[in-house]
Amino acid sequence: MNTWFGNALTRAEAIDDWLHEKRAASLALLRDTDWPTRKTEVWKYTSLKKLEQIDFSDGTTAPVIDTNMIPGLNSIDIVFIDGVLQSIPADLPEGLSIVPLTQVPDEHQSWVFDLFANTKPRHHLFGLINDALATDGVVIDVAPHIYIEHPIHIIQTMTAGNEAHCRTLVRVGAGARATVIEHLIGDNESFNTSFAEYSLAETAALEHYRLALQSGAAINIGGSHFNLDKQAILSSTIVGYGSDLARVDMDICHKGEGTVAKLNALYLLDRQEHFDLHSNIEHTVPNGTTDEKVRGIVADKARAVFNGRIHIHRYAQKTLAELNNRNLLLSREAEVDVKPELEIYADDVSCTHGATIAEIDKSALYYLRSRGISLEQAHLMLNFGFINELIDKIPNAVLADWLRQQLSGRFTQMNAIKRSGQDTV
Amino acid sequence: MMLSIKNLSVSIEGKTILKGLNLDVNPGEVHAIMGPNGSGKSTLGYVLSGRDGYIVEEGSVLFNGVDLLAMKIEERALAGLFLAFQYPLEIPGVSNLEFLKAAVDAQREARGEPLMSSKEFLQAAREACKAVRLPTEFLKRGVNEGFSGGEKKRNDILQMLMLQPKLCILDETDSGLDIDALQLVANCVNSQRDPSRSFIVVTHYQRLLDYLKPDYVHVLSDGKIIKSGGASLAAELEKQGYAWLVKQPGEEKSV
Repeated sequence: MNTWFGNALTRAEAIDDWLHEKRAASLALLRDTDWPTRKTEVWKYTSLKKLEQIDFSDGTTAPVIDTNMIPGLNSIDIVFIDGVLQSIPADLPEGLSIVPLTQVPDEHQSWVFDLFANTKPRHHLFGLINDALATDGVVIDVAPHIYIEHPIHIIQTMTAGNEAHCRTLVRVGAGARATVIEHLIGDNESFNTSFAEYSLAETAALEHYRLALQSGAAINIGGSHFNLDKQAILSSTIVGYGSDLARVDMDICHKGEGTVAKLNALYLLDRQEHFDLHSNIEHTVPNGTTDEKVRGIVADKARAVFNGRIHIHRYAQKTLAELNNRNLLLSREAEVDVKPELEIYADDVSCTHGATIAEIDKSALYYLRSRGISLEQAHLMLNFGFINELIDKIPNAVLADWLRQQLSGRFTQMNAIKRSGQDTV
Repeated sequence: MMLSIKNLSVSIEGKTILKGLNLDVNPGEVHAIMGPNGSGKSTLGYVLSGRDGYIVEEGSVLFNGVDLLAMKIEERALAGLFLAFQYPLEIPGVSNLEFLKAAVDAQREARGEPLMSSKEFLQAAREACKAVRLPTEFLKRGVNEGFSGGEKKRNDILQMLMLQPKLCILDETDSGLDIDALQLVANCVNSQRDPSRSFIVVTHYQRLLDYLKPDYVHVLSDGKIIKSGGASLAAELEKQGYAWLVKQPGEEKSV
């Protein structure tokens, strides 16, 4: 058995709290789970070797987090450093409750207990590890029919040599509306599993973001998982930078009829970065809609993995599901491994999927050049435009502008792109 | 002479479209090119702008004394050539503003002029929007993304206003425009008329020419200019069509 994994199990056994029953169930499953190898299908293209090499010695000093990093966002900020919750803002709007997972008051314990390890699929190794080890985290409850105007902004970062497992649990009440941003940053050598589980009640609407912006040696394996009740609406945007090892799992389960899930994901990878996105959409009842668009730019020797599964159950008639993945490879050594999976057991559904390696449109290149823009610059503009199309669709304009700035800054710095611009004529 | 096209033959995918075309344009002149569908009108614009796939079989083109055909697409634009497209392309993901700024910067750099500050540029872009009656919100949207046909054409004219080219080729800019939009485009073009700026206006209709009052009207048929005349030729074509001309080959004339 892998040493880290063995240690993790031992540590998990020592935890005894009010979630014990849940943790024990996950721990039991973990004991029956083999450490993944290249032959393990869900880890086929993502090696865990980097994780095995981390030196978890004593952590360094805690970084200072600028919670105001996104100017004008007006967010409710919650910060985790090395998986430890720093503080929760005092003056929360009416109808919004945010408490630490370590101090869930009695009146919330029942739903939190139900949600814990419920929306997340059981088989995910690191999800189980998070179940067993996540003692810190945050619990967010939006009361029915309440509109929370300010985005709830959860920032997570790691110091060097540290490991963290924290959990976010969110309940959006019937008819309520809220925005939650899971924002992961930092490039220190570290390991973080960050899982979030969401329950959307009838006609609830959630605007969700997972900004997986760790880079360098910061390893993050985590996911965001959703249950949608009748006519609930989810709009989710995932932005990924690669790091030594980064994996995000998105699970959306349409549990009530008439639900809508809109999922846009984009990644921008350079050097030897790795980013793995697994999405799994379950349509268990009729009349659900899924619209999933995934786009990525992969440069230099970076590698992207996308596995997109849509499962339409037997009774889920009139489901509309669309899955589209496009990738722009900017070097010969860049790699993307794509696997769309459609499993359809209902006969009256509309379901499409497509996965392509994209090429820059020659007529667009001509149009830009015909206005005096150089070939190299036209390439850069169109390459960035490829992912910017999805940034343009981000509902929060302040966040969209900020992300555009971040991504275009990262894009400009990517040496590989400059080289490729000169190579192509 | 600003533009001198001599005996130009051009093929696309092995098919010869232009077959020995001659045309001279002096600074300040407005030339209209009319002619039946498939006569090579759009090909002329594309080959002058340098579009891939248009193979010059024969002939030469001098633009202000320089060999235009030897230049890259962007070099032609920077030398002052501008083509307003019959079907302007949509480029989602690249905003109008970013596109215009890059194009204007490239022009100013090529002319040795200082770059505009963001503020100056925004001001100029807003004024250009007003001139073509496009809402300024359009600047933030993707290039032509979701624009109507008329809006796309006005956006091309907006680019012309911003870039201040020396030779403007308008490829059926009037098609698909209603009377108001047509008048607007005509006014914009007229506002840009200048002793040092020339226009080649490709059109099917006399309507636009009524506003523009071209110095010369040419009829292009089967890859050649078969008749040239003054503005009155357009009126004649509107009345009689092209058939009477096409039946009398060999009338080729350069101006």
